[in-house]
Amino acid sequence: MDIYRAHVLCCGGTGCTSSGSAQLIERFEQKIAENGLEKEVKVIRTGCFGLCEAGPVVIVYPEGTFYSRVKVEDVDEIVSEHLLKGRKVQHLVYSDHATHEQNANKALADINFYKHQHRIALRNCGVIDPENIDEYLAFDGYKALEKALTTMTREQVIEEVLKSGLRGRGGGGFPTGLKWKFAAASQADQKYVACNADEGDPGAFMDRSVLEGDPHAVLEAMAIAGYAIGASEGYIYVRAEYPIAVKRLEIAIGQARDYGLLGKNIFDTGFDFDIQIRLGAGAFVCGEETALMRSIEGKRGEPTPRPPFPAVKGLFAKPTMLNNVETYANVAQIILKGADWFASMGTEKSKGTKVFALGGKINNTGLVEVPMGTPLRTIIYDIGGGIPGGKKFKAVQTGGPSGGCLPAELLDTPVDYDNLIAAGSMMGSGGMIVMDEDNCMVDIARFFLDFTVDESCGKCAPCRIGTRRMLEILQRIVSGKGEEGDIEKLENLANTIKATALCGLGQTAPNPVLSTIKFFRHEYEAHIRDKKCPAHHCQALLSYVIDPAKCRGCTACARVCPGGAISGEVKQPHVIDPAKCLKCGACMEKCRFGAISKV
Amino acid sequence: MKSLAELQAIREKTLNRINLRKEDESDVTRVVIGMATCGIAAGARPVMLAFMDEINKRGLNHVTVSQTGCIGMCRLEPMVDVITPGNEKVTYVHMTPEKVGRVVAEHIVNGRPVEEYTIGAAEDK
Repeated sequence: MDIYRAHVLCCGGTGCTSSGSAQLIERFEQKIAENGLEKEVKVIRTGCFGLCEAGPVVIVYPEGTFYSRVKVEDVDEIVSEHLLKGRKVQHLVYSDHATHEQNANKALADINFYKHQHRIALRNCGVIDPENIDEYLAFDGYKALEKALTTMTREQVIEEVLKSGLRGRGGGGFPTGLKWKFAAASQADQKYVACNADEGDPGAFMDRSVLEGDPHAVLEAMAIAGYAIGASEGYIYVRAEYPIAVKRLEIAIGQARDYGLLGKNIFDTGFDFDIQIRLGAGAFVCGEETALMRSIEGKRGEPTPRPPFPAVKGLFAKPTMLNNVETYANVAQIILKGADWFASMGTEKSKGTKVFALGGKINNTGLVEVPMGTPLRTIIYDIGGGIPGGKKFKAVQTGGPSGGCLPAELLDTPVDYDNLIAAGSMMGSGGMIVMDEDNCMVDIARFFLDFTVDESCGKCAPCRIGTRRMLEILQRIVSGKGEEGDIEKLENLANTIKATALCGLGQTAPNPVLSTIKFFRHEYEAHIRDKKCPAHHCQALLSYVIDPAKCRGCTACARVCPGGAISGEVKQPHVIDPAKCLKCGACMEKCRFGAISKV
Repeated sequence: MKSLAELQAIREKTLNRINLRKEDESDVTRVVIGMATCGIAAGARPVMLAFMDEINKRGLNHVTVSQTGCIGMCRLEPMVDVITPGNEKVTYVHMTPEKVGRVVAEHIVNGRPVEEYTIGAAEDK
């Protein structure tokens, strides 16, 4: 293990990999070798840095220079200028959306995107090489397991987690320590620890990043949990759609076994624990705990009624403790730094931090981790950099298909479990999709319901039939055939489904509809009564018109129209025939005078 | 299987290797080598390699080696700044790989700058 004078950290998360970071790494290694620097400079593939918008991301240490959107062609310049001659390549240095300020001489922590963040679950993502257990060890890895096994009793471990106030990060927000306590209290010859890595919400990728960037953190926490509840086997249920995460988990498990951190008689304490991976085939419902356990058992992934709760009768009918990836990612830090340290962050009932996946109409798409209680405004504007193109903020959807949309009036809501539920949404796993004035809220509700209808397992009638009826009503409304009374029908169905569906999927599926009705009822009414879509989004409810005062008669629109709907003499104002118009919008894009608009 | 002591050894050894990625640099000694055209022409590269070699050999923790551009005194190249925690920067001039051993041993390890190699000594001549 030699010392290198410079480290080039390339993001190997899914986002940056898809924008070409693998080729970057190859090119860096090739160019570094060409310049004879291979003994001085080391290239390291890390997990996600979070600022996926600016990917592929490259950081050069010891200077900490943050290069963004690096292309393969840029590598030669970084190597010949920065690595060989020590001169930063200014034009590739990350610049802030809002301030256009470059960070050439700033530490990463000073960039706006990171300044408001507090990274616990993501502490090692983008810092260490996830495929190298030694780097995890160097950042205090497996010290918490050592502390728990050699200096703490099982009860003390559970007490510490309980005292920290950690709640389930998968969305439900159940106190983690309590879950551990119940599982520990169950008597059985065999117990299991399981990890829910079946992250399926559209737009959410927190768990993926933890698994890709810091897989050992999850393994270590699962071993600690195994010790606490008296389990010797663990399962990680991860979606097969996360190939990088699966590969890194496999590597991590192999390395941990080599070092004796998994297996028999860990640290000579007589504690045995090992972990297996199970791949999910992509059913959203398998993120629900009972369905997930059936799937691990090799059965059809369908939920079962609770009670019995998994802590009593779970996997293979044995007591099982199931936590989400992000929940586990906090555990080692709690054991090492203590419950009080963790409980000092956050709000009264929600402690610690939460990772959010920022997406939709926002400048800095990516992953952020903030203390609980951070206002939505800080997350969206200060960290997320606001809405692109100077558009107006309309709503933010939290909690994916189980959550709801919050309007601008609630932007100052401090984000924690209870506040979000009070506001009519929920934390969910942490997806945060920002919408601007061009998004139609009825169509958003339809989109999420379309997703849950697709993903309903069909076992119970409220979810199988009820959500389909709701979807049909929404489809009717967005296509301009809404009827008076549809809103009430939706509300009625929604409340019935919430009260009667078997599992979390069905019980929360109506949330996007209910919250959009609550905050954007006028949009529903405009669709139904006026047959208008206020956001000019729903195709059936809009028409394109040409303003004769602005039209110069250049004929560009008529030439581009695929349906031959536009007519007019040269240098005379043109008109669109609504009967022929396909509403493709091609004319509006083509018009150089801004004469065409949607009404 | 690794014992607890072995794990701790791996931690320390790896930390040496990756301490340059730590955000908190308050306890890090920085060796900064002038590597502009003038520095490279005067032989800065062998000097830098000698520094890295020496630091490697001694297994020194908390030392980073980095490069900088030309500071204008090209006639004194290769120039090397050594900044130890809490102390003023010391600038060495006309460095050679042979001089590196003493700088590492006396200055970085024992905290006593090698006066005769510094820019002050060169200017007095």
